Amino acid sequence: MKARSKRLMLVGGGVALLAAAVALVLSAFQQNLVFFHTPTEVMEGKAPTGKTFRIGGLVEDGSIQREADGLTVRFAITDTAKVIPVSYRGTLPDLFKEGKGAVVQGTLGPDGQFRATEVLAKHDENYMPPEAAHALEQAHKAGMTVSQ
Amino acid sequence: MNSSQRGFRIFRFAAPQVFYPLAGRLAPWFAAAAVALTLVGLWLGFVVAPTDATQGEVYRVIFIHVPAAWMSMFIYLVMAFWSAVGLVMNTRLSFVMSQALAPTGAIFCFVALWTGALWGKPTWGAYWVWDARLTSQLLLLFLYFGFIALTRAIEDPRRADRAGAIIALVGAVNVPIIYFSVKWWNTLHQGASVSLTKAPSMATTMLAGMLVMAFAAWAYTLAVTLWRVRPMILERERHTEWVGEVLEREGGRK
Repeated sequence: MKARSKRLMLVGGGVALLAAAVALVLSAFQQNLVFFHTPTEVMEGKAPTGKTFRIGGLVEDGSIQREADGLTVRFAITDTAKVIPVSYRGTLPDLFKEGKGAVVQGTLGPDGQFRATEVLAKHDENYMPPEAAHALEQAHKAGMTVSQ
Repeated sequence: MNSSQRGFRIFRFAAPQVFYPLAGRLAPWFAAAAVALTLVGLWLGFVVAPTDATQGEVYRVIFIHVPAAWMSMFIYLVMAFWSAVGLVMNTRLSFVMSQALAPTGAIFCFVALWTGALWGKPTWGAYWVWDARLTSQLLLLFLYFGFIALTRAIEDPRRADRAGAIIALVGAVNVPIIYFSVKWWNTLHQGASVSLTKAPSMATTMLAGMLVMAFAAWAYTLAVTLWRVRPMILERERHTEWVGEVLEREGGRK
């Protein structure tokens, strides 16, 4: 029984130490583990603006404009606090819509315009049939407060 | 087993000669349950559940993807648990259990990654991105491969057991990282739709299909693991009297 409790302490202690070490490493690399930065972080200068990076947020309602060449798209990405204008040339994923989540990869120009080389749609965790979505939309339009 | 355990009846099943026939009797029931649950789950998922408002039909990947991903994480935790029990209690059956679980965990892990990629292309616009959720899940697959390779590569079963147990315990730290990655960091992967802390954010029939498929994955895992563990027990105990009797009996049946 003595030896067994000792082994239990060793195994338990080993896993606890390891977990603590991993937690420290992860918190040290916090900045490198995020897949994208929010527009607010970009405005505050917290994003690596010198090189290619990603911004994530919602595509602002009414901001999508297509250029005459049919390929270039301009839109704005927002976290509801700050807005960043984006230009992108290429095909967009099916789920790319105004008011929905998106992640754009590219560089920030000196004019504050973000030139995207890749646009990804970000889906949320809500799954519902079209009728339910329609009902939610109607309720929203009617000015009711609907918790998302 | 030492004398202090004689009072606990549950430990009786830790004895290989008791567990071997029990596993053989239980496995077919779990296999039958797996088939029945899979049929019901697929029917709920692909016939009853409605189309998703934003994703359309492609969302139906969740009926495979989510149960597979859950199972891949859970099996690794169970392997770590058996490994810890084996190291602490010196029970050899525990190591055999964790090694019998590993291939199934690896398969579920691969299925989760693969179906996720197929879903990612039409939904996100990319098969693969290096976000925290996807990267940690890929690490889980490599941990499974590492565990399987290491335990098979070492000839001496006692050393193989110990080496595997250490990978299982060290790698277990990755599981909460996978699970909470979507919470701790910005990821492209969406957050959890089903969790213990809030109401599920999906339609009821969709949820039902997903849960039934999750139970099917449980039953499948139990069935194949029990079947896999039996020859492993025989091989390890081949020098004992009871294995000789079993082989004689089963050989005579042919």
